[in-house]
Amino acid sequence: MMASSYNAKEEDGHHSGAASHGGPAVAKSKKPDNTAFKQQRLLAWQPILTAGTVLPAFFVIGIFFLPIGIGLFVTSNNIKEFEIDYTGVDLDSPCYSCAKNFSWNSTTPCVCTVDFTLEQPFESNVYMYYGLSNFYQNHRRYVKSRDDSQLYGDLSSLKEPSKECEPYRKRDGLPIAPCGAIANSLFNDTLDLYHIESNGTVNVIPLVNRGIAWWTDKHVKFRNPGGNNNNLTVAFQDTAKPVNWRKPVYELDPTDLENNGFVNEDFIVWMRTAALPTFRKLYRIIHKKSSTTPTLPSGRYVLNITYNYPVLSFDGRKRMILSTISWMGGKNPFLGIAYITVGSICFLLGVVLLIIHHKYDNRNNSADIPS
Amino acid sequence: MGMDLSTLRTLISRYCVGEENWVDSRTIYIGHKEPPPGTEAFIQQRFPDNRIVSSKYTFWNFIPKNMFEQFRRVANFYFLIIFLVQLIIDTPTSPITSGLPLIFVITVTAIKQGYEDWLRHKADNAVNQCPVQVVEHGKVICKQSHKLRVGDVVLVKEDESFPCDLILLSSSRDDGTCYVTTASLDGESSHKTYYAVQDTKAYTTEKEVDSIHGTIECEQPQPDLYKFVGRINIYMDNEPVARPLGSENLLLRGATLKNTEYIYAAVIYTGMETKMALNYQSKSQKRSAVEKSMNAYLVVYLCILISKALINTLLKYVWQADPNRDEPWYNQRTEAERQRHIVIRAFTDFLAFMVLFNYIIPVSMYVTVEMQKFLGSYFIMWDDEMMDEELGERAMVNTSDLNEELGQVEYVFTDKTGTLTENNMEFIECCVDGHVYVPNVICNGQVMPGAAGMDMIDTSPGPEAKEREELFFRALCLCHTVQVKEEETVDGIKHGIHQGKSSSLYISSSPDEVALVEGMKRLGFTYLRLKDSHMEILNREDEIEKFELLEVLTFDSVRRRMSVIVRSGSGEFYLFCKGADSSIFPRCVAGKVDQVRSRVEHNAVEGLRTLCVAYKPLIPEQYQELCHLLNGAKLALQDRDKRLAEAYDLIEKDLILLGATAVEDRLQEKAADTIESLHKAGMKVWVLTGDKMETASATCYASKLFHRNTQILELTTKRTEEQSLHDVLFDLSRTILRQHGGMTRDSFSGLSGDCTDYGLIIDGATLSAVLRPSQEDSNSGNYKEIFLEICRNCSAVLCCRMAPLQKAQIVKLIKASKENPITLAIGDGANDVSMILEAHVGIGIMGKEGRQATRNSDYAIPKFKHLKKLLLVHGHYYYIRISELVQYFFYKNVCFIFPQFLYQFFCGFSQQPLYDTAYLTLYNISFTSLPILLYSLMEQHINMEILKKDPSLYRLVFLAWYD
Repeated sequence: MMASSYNAKEEDGHHSGAASHGGPAVAKSKKPDNTAFKQQRLLAWQPILTAGTVLPAFFVIGIFFLPIGIGLFVTSNNIKEFEIDYTGVDLDSPCYSCAKNFSWNSTTPCVCTVDFTLEQPFESNVYMYYGLSNFYQNHRRYVKSRDDSQLYGDLSSLKEPSKECEPYRKRDGLPIAPCGAIANSLFNDTLDLYHIESNGTVNVIPLVNRGIAWWTDKHVKFRNPGGNNNNLTVAFQDTAKPVNWRKPVYELDPTDLENNGFVNEDFIVWMRTAALPTFRKLYRIIHKKSSTTPTLPSGRYVLNITYNYPVLSFDGRKRMILSTISWMGGKNPFLGIAYITVGSICFLLGVVLLIIHHKYDNRNNSADIPS
Repeated sequence: MGMDLSTLRTLISRYCVGEENWVDSRTIYIGHKEPPPGTEAFIQQRFPDNRIVSSKYTFWNFIPKNMFEQFRRVANFYFLIIFLVQLIIDTPTSPITSGLPLIFVITVTAIKQGYEDWLRHKADNAVNQCPVQVVEHGKVICKQSHKLRVGDVVLVKEDESFPCDLILLSSSRDDGTCYVTTASLDGESSHKTYYAVQDTKAYTTEKEVDSIHGTIECEQPQPDLYKFVGRINIYMDNEPVARPLGSENLLLRGATLKNTEYIYAAVIYTGMETKMALNYQSKSQKRSAVEKSMNAYLVVYLCILISKALINTLLKYVWQADPNRDEPWYNQRTEAERQRHIVIRAFTDFLAFMVLFNYIIPVSMYVTVEMQKFLGSYFIMWDDEMMDEELGERAMVNTSDLNEELGQVEYVFTDKTGTLTENNMEFIECCVDGHVYVPNVICNGQVMPGAAGMDMIDTSPGPEAKEREELFFRALCLCHTVQVKEEETVDGIKHGIHQGKSSSLYISSSPDEVALVEGMKRLGFTYLRLKDSHMEILNREDEIEKFELLEVLTFDSVRRRMSVIVRSGSGEFYLFCKGADSSIFPRCVAGKVDQVRSRVEHNAVEGLRTLCVAYKPLIPEQYQELCHLLNGAKLALQDRDKRLAEAYDLIEKDLILLGATAVEDRLQEKAADTIESLHKAGMKVWVLTGDKMETASATCYASKLFHRNTQILELTTKRTEEQSLHDVLFDLSRTILRQHGGMTRDSFSGLSGDCTDYGLIIDGATLSAVLRPSQEDSNSGNYKEIFLEICRNCSAVLCCRMAPLQKAQIVKLIKASKENPITLAIGDGANDVSMILEAHVGIGIMGKEGRQATRNSDYAIPKFKHLKKLLLVHGHYYYIRISELVQYFFYKNVCFIFPQFLYQFFCGFSQQPLYDTAYLTLYNISFTSLPILLYSLMEQHINMEILKKDPSLYRLVFLAWYD
């Protein structure tokens, strides 16, 4: 009765803009539009954790993860890997004298040989790596010390390398090509591998140095200046070789003229900096010869090293690694172990919880959680 | 003190601002006509034009001003610094990684603010350019609104709104009145009557108006809509006639002319000086507790960041001590680097580490949080369950910043009238000298004595009593400020009566008055209208009685009463006064006070609102004296209110009590259910009301605030009269402590249970005694503490007889107590505004007492029952959502940056970043902020229905997971 004395608010149409300060404006539509979205009634799933849902989940995870883990672990274990340190720290190691007497100025290369024995034959393709330790390829000053446009074959950058390359930018007024600390410290030991058969004959193992760099690096990121012009000596005219290099960049691979200049694969591999101070880089590939004989049969081998690369000054180590690969890459037992651990923990927890559930659950099943 | 301050401020502004002509009042020449020579020389002031500027920026200053405002935010400023550092020193990451997100955030905010400001510009222009009719040289010409100047005389037609603040000069009505609705100002849709000054009301054409020669003296503009003092001087034959001006002469900008063909009025306040513009000053921003803790988090993270950078810098130099590590042959420094001083190098390294790890501070968190709040508030507005079909109103969100605060409320302060109750008054009974009249048992317009069972003193009223009875009815018909809706003619009203239907013809700002006048109609006395200062009443014999309305002593909440002085047809002067019992009884010298009092108390216990009516016959000399007194007060320019109050106090005394009325205010639908839910949710509900104790406590029982087994503790004037306040307080605290001594502290969260609930009732007078700062003895200083301790242990508190400011005081007191609880205030009337503004969250009910509460609130809901869903569902959700949002932001950034920190140990502390630039840039602004934004809008960890069914889940969030 009295309610009718209340007039609906009269809109007088006189609205100053000041009235609409901050905050969302009043919803003008007074009509109900009852969509599930606006009323927050969209389909929702509210999982409630009970023994009935958690226990099976544990078992399922356990049952799934254990075989995966075992599979990964076995695969990783089947990969054969051989590693040998040839730094020459100890007196009795073959490269001791080379390491000790190292000098940047020596013109005659120091060669040393390391003998080793493979207990098991290496099947299929074998990858040969060199490994460095305590070498900070990930140091920021080092990482940025390169000129990507120079490596891309840009002519102006060839003549005037980027400032980032300091102090490896110019030498005696000539621009360094390739400039920067990364290029300057290119790994330049030469490794040769010989197999000594039981009758004493020494066989050279053919090492392939093509196909070791990423395709995109080789074909996209790295280019020689002057395009396909084969005469690299001309292309690199008026540039200096990096301070610590023995050969200029266009003479890196005397055996294959195509593999010279910035597109040299050893160089490209080196330019992709490692994330951690202990790393390995692909050096050569030993291709499988035939289906019957193993690529590297078991037996004695000789590693011939032309020792050019000093690491003792910063307490580094050099290694040579031989490894086969599988579908999951190189040897890495971690993933398998992780799967096995998680799987077994889940399974064990499942069992323990199941026992607890059966032993101590004396409530009514329905009364535990509302709804 | 206040006086000193204001004079000081005046002095300061006079000397510092260099405003030479600063005076407390302004003088306006109507129609820009100089006053005749010889009168007091006024200093002509310069006034602003009538341009309304609500926009913040102009085209030119947008970029600098907006940038300045944005970079005042700590987070933005921090990122700016990081960005600048990156530009200056050699840093691990490119400046893009922090520049791009910063620019993105700044641009998004700038676009939003720019758009809002553009809208404001558009609205301003629309207002400023709307045509206004101005009288110039005896002609009406059209001007754009912003060209109006102070002193212009304007013509406003029906249904037009006023372009600025005006003084009414004359209207198309003969009596010089006009009707105005202020719906867009304060939401009151009732028509208010405004008056022209006697001397100018005859000038009703533009020619005549142009010949008015006068000046207006009035105070400088101030924001109070209902206060205005001024004086108009009319020069007739160079003889100035001074008349007082009050708020009844002042037409406010934004109000609309109704039921009046046209008016002429003089411009006094223009542009930004109008009362409306002064009222739009933005109220102080409330910050939510989550935002505060967010800032605390930020500081913690900043510390983590700095310590990480420090540790790494230190370790870097330890590691580099070996020159073969520092500079191996393959990685030499440049010559310039070697030359650099070690301190500079270390500092640069520190900055570089800071830059490297700066992503730990989430740049986009503020934007995401703001977006979540803004979008989230739409769910509140869209909610159909919080819509009232009857009013057609939905919930309104005025500040979306406080969504999550709704989920943490510990104290609810609620108003009673209009909030807990309907504020839909119904006349129940009246009592004249102890005779009870109930309108329901009227037969053929004859008053029948009340139903059996009522304690009647005299069942057959004699002629003298009959006279008193009619006087009582007339008093109620005359003593009010009700208006009759104009559309209906007098015949219509008569017609309506004869049809026996109750019509909705009365409009008033107070529903009580309407109920009373309507009640009188049912008892046979019909108020017809106010015409030419004569109130017309249709009595039982269908005769029209005319009373000349001489003075209205308007209602105010301090006096709690109002009076009218009328002259009856036979020439007798009467003063009728109506008001709260406490303000009437002490002023009565005659009448059956005891009988009326007992009836009033009886009604109050029933939960009815009671008013007492008294009168005083005046002899003409007395009237003249009073008239003189009143006019003196009204004419005063300074302290007019104070002087008026003194005058009122003098006039309203030595009254003769007539009787009392009782009006029922029904509880709002589901109010009890809502209160119960709030209780179960662990909130303490306090009712703060201006009503008297008995009425209020009856409402409290009805709304289940107090239960049957609630032990009521009283802290009222009645008790403190018997004992000293000191003793009462200690008594109460002892009672409570005895109860709680036996049990462990943590078990009192269970509100229901074996232990007795306590309910506290306190009244305004005692409260101010408790809160009064102590002087005489050291003990009284602890009153506040003891009082708080008592309150903390009571499940419900009722504060009655509260002044509006006291309501805010209570809220402030609880807010400042040592647990720092989150408070919520809910109310519907202007008297709740102070408390709504004071509390952490202010909620307005779209009630009948205007829109002021709604306008000042943070959230507005149509009915009290909607509070349940607002708090238990929306508040709960948004608290969970925002908590997870903010915590996720910090979590994801720690996850992001910690590997980076660890990586430094493997790269020789060389600040080599682990991630690519693009990833660093996009991680915060899109990869990780959009999914969580969606989650934080949609997440419902518990079903809505369960939340409503089980209010105790509301508190669970706190204790179980987040606290």
